[in-house]
Amino acid sequence: MSLISRRNLLVATLLASAAFSPLAFAQDYDADATIRIGSLYEPQNLDNTAGAGQGINEAFNGNVYEALFQLTDAGTVEPKLSADYKVSEDGLTYTFTLKDGVTFHSGEPLTAADVKYSIERVTAETSKSSRKKSLSTITSIETPDDKTVVITLSARSISLPYNLSYVWIVNDKAADITATEDGTGPYKLEEWRRGSALSLARFDGYWGDKPTNGEVVYQYFTDATALNNALLTNAVDVITSVQSPDSLAQFTGNSAYTVTEGASTTKEILAYNDRVAPFDNVKVRKALARAVDKAKLLNSIWGDYGTLIGSFVPPTDPWYVDLTGVDAYNPDSAKELLTEAGYPDGFEFTIDTPDYDPHPLVAQFLQSEFAKVGVKANINIITANEWYTKVYQEKNFQATLQEHVNHRDIVFYGNPDFYWGYNNPEVVKLIAGAESAGSVDEQTAKLTEANKIIAEDAASNWLYLYPQIVVSASNVTGYPVNGLNSQFFAYGIQKAK
Amino acid sequence: MSGPYQWARIVSGPQNRKTRPILAYTLRRLVILLFSLLVAAVVLFILLRLLPGDPANALLGVGATEAQIASARAQVGSDQPLYVQFISFISNLARFDLGTSFVSRASVVEEIGNRLSVTLPLTILGFVAALIIAVPLGIIAAVRSTKWYGAAISVISQLGIAIPVFWVGILLVSLFAINLRLLPSGGFPLKGWANLGEASTAMILPVLTISLVMSASMLRYVRAATLEVLGSDYLRTARALGSSFPEALIRHGLRNGAVPVISILGIELASTFLGAVVIERVFSLPGLGSMLLLAIQQRDYPNVQGVLFISTLLVLLIGFAADLTQRIVDPRLRDRGAGTP
Repeated sequence: MSLISRRNLLVATLLASAAFSPLAFAQDYDADATIRIGSLYEPQNLDNTAGAGQGINEAFNGNVYEALFQLTDAGTVEPKLSADYKVSEDGLTYTFTLKDGVTFHSGEPLTAADVKYSIERVTAETSKSSRKKSLSTITSIETPDDKTVVITLSARSISLPYNLSYVWIVNDKAADITATEDGTGPYKLEEWRRGSALSLARFDGYWGDKPTNGEVVYQYFTDATALNNALLTNAVDVITSVQSPDSLAQFTGNSAYTVTEGASTTKEILAYNDRVAPFDNVKVRKALARAVDKAKLLNSIWGDYGTLIGSFVPPTDPWYVDLTGVDAYNPDSAKELLTEAGYPDGFEFTIDTPDYDPHPLVAQFLQSEFAKVGVKANINIITANEWYTKVYQEKNFQATLQEHVNHRDIVFYGNPDFYWGYNNPEVVKLIAGAESAGSVDEQTAKLTEANKIIAEDAASNWLYLYPQIVVSASNVTGYPVNGLNSQFFAYGIQKAK
Repeated sequence: MSGPYQWARIVSGPQNRKTRPILAYTLRRLVILLFSLLVAAVVLFILLRLLPGDPANALLGVGATEAQIASARAQVGSDQPLYVQFISFISNLARFDLGTSFVSRASVVEEIGNRLSVTLPLTILGFVAALIIAVPLGIIAAVRSTKWYGAAISVISQLGIAIPVFWVGILLVSLFAINLRLLPSGGFPLKGWANLGEASTAMILPVLTISLVMSASMLRYVRAATLEVLGSDYLRTARALGSSFPEALIRHGLRNGAVPVISILGIELASTFLGAVVIERVFSLPGLGSMLLLAIQQRDYPNVQGVLFISTLLVLLIGFAADLTQRIVDPRLRDRGAGTP
């Protein structure tokens, strides 16, 4: 694989799936190789329900822990520890049959009780999991026998399998997993040195296909330049996510390295507080959407990488439609809309801007774009922690910049209490209706409709979709290129002999 | 005994007065140290709480409900009134219990111990290497200040003071790691010092960076102190009493010149320790500095308090040791009590 532009996303995905197949390089790779993965995202603890950060998904999802279902790198939901499942006619009862022969790293066999325990860990009173809400329709979990789990819901939930893909199945005898683990995945935790590295060794008792390498070491860096240097000096084999396009020049056009651009789900957005004037006025929101030359913004931040989006939905979500034309760049029409909205001389507002890249740069760009249509934007730099208190909890803001990383998160627009306060009863109804849909087609149709409405309403100002760039030494193949939900499956990675 | 020694004794005063004042001084100094530590802890507590944000936020993500936020605040105790937090903070501190991290749930003392295994060697090796470079070069720069190389050392050291430490780090990485491929560009082995070879090579560039930058300012002090000694009456007297120039310089000059340099070195060692924070970031080393930066971002109070408390303690101890050493080297200061020289 060589450098792949965003116009060839499909090609990248196809190539990646080819590389993923264990047959592709069957004879040439070292089955016991150590794969050294360089990353900026060190987990803060080892429990994904206790504020461990995105790094824990990168290191552990699919590698150390598995779930009933798996969100694949291509964005589909596939069964993992669930061999089979049935849904009752009313859609309220799910009966899961577990795979045979699955054991935890401690040697204990997987039973239905472990599944019940694991789901309840997420839905528990004290759980910090951001998935808790999406599982709130679960009213009971029963385990009629060791291989069967019956989940009863209070309302239909078409995304239950998808939501369960975030629930690690943990041995119910493992009390605290903030510093140890007991999962069923192809690797077990070997060693973790905080601030430095984490190593995973192949688990010989794994129920599925053996990994195509013997050991994986996640090497953590606090500085992007140091991370790039590590790849340049052969101290790591692959970088999970390049965060600065400037550094790519060192790797592109050099046959010793492979650069891939996959599909990311990380959206850079200017979210308004839709509750307060003037942002409660749809014309104002549309005017500000048209005032920003997003192609120029994306180019100035990411060069040729990244994708323009016309709403909150990235191309990998099933309800994606190209909506970039809805409020396309047009400063003249922005001025007209502002006049119609009663702001012929513009207005002044403040953008609460997180202090880390790329937000301050984006804020400056927006400031100059808005100035051209007579709107004065002040930039207030805040820390991520302050953002969470001021913007997310207290909703005390006019507008803010934020990157939203999750997959399938259009549902936030169906919650009028969410920090941006977008409240369109039609969208609320569509999003709730999509969740209780009887079929995936119905769900997709409803969410597509909701997607179009939020775009027409310019609910927020969706600036661009981040690229997902992975760089590796060219003797290393088989890694995931999309990294949806920050996952980085290591079991298919091969290192040439 | 030669003549100059007799002369030195007259200056130092009677030998039997040596031990008692030092002991009293040490005790007084220790009381001050403990008091400073307490003041530092209180200031720390207040400053941390003045920062906007909440430590509970680090445990939560976008999508958390009101109930989850409340439960996280209860877990970290940020829902308690400030005075309750303060009382528990001080009483834990008195028992030297630094608590467990809000985010990682690891023991703070254990984690600091772990991180010090990187930061302390980095600081000490960097400091010693800087001394090895600075002392001889500083003396040469003073003694041979009229020669071209004496002047050159002076000019180069001035340049060294002007260059920021991270920039030196980046230059060294680019040269030794990326171009020459001789040393690693950063990182620390998973097994730490148990993997002695890799851990040592990981330390070379960071230590070199620190020592190059620190030696530049140290060299200036050594040079200034030596110049003062060279112009002193006692050196001239020693020469008049028959010592050769090197003998006079080593026997009388070094000890006298060392007095001001030691107090400066105490400050320099403390700033080397604090400067390690920057170096750890450039080289992605798992030291105290990187722990502190992350803890501040996350408002992880136990970790921030723990790191700053231990750093303050170390800096105060360094100052204490420097003062004490100075008094041992210079008998004239011994009678002067606890005040700073």
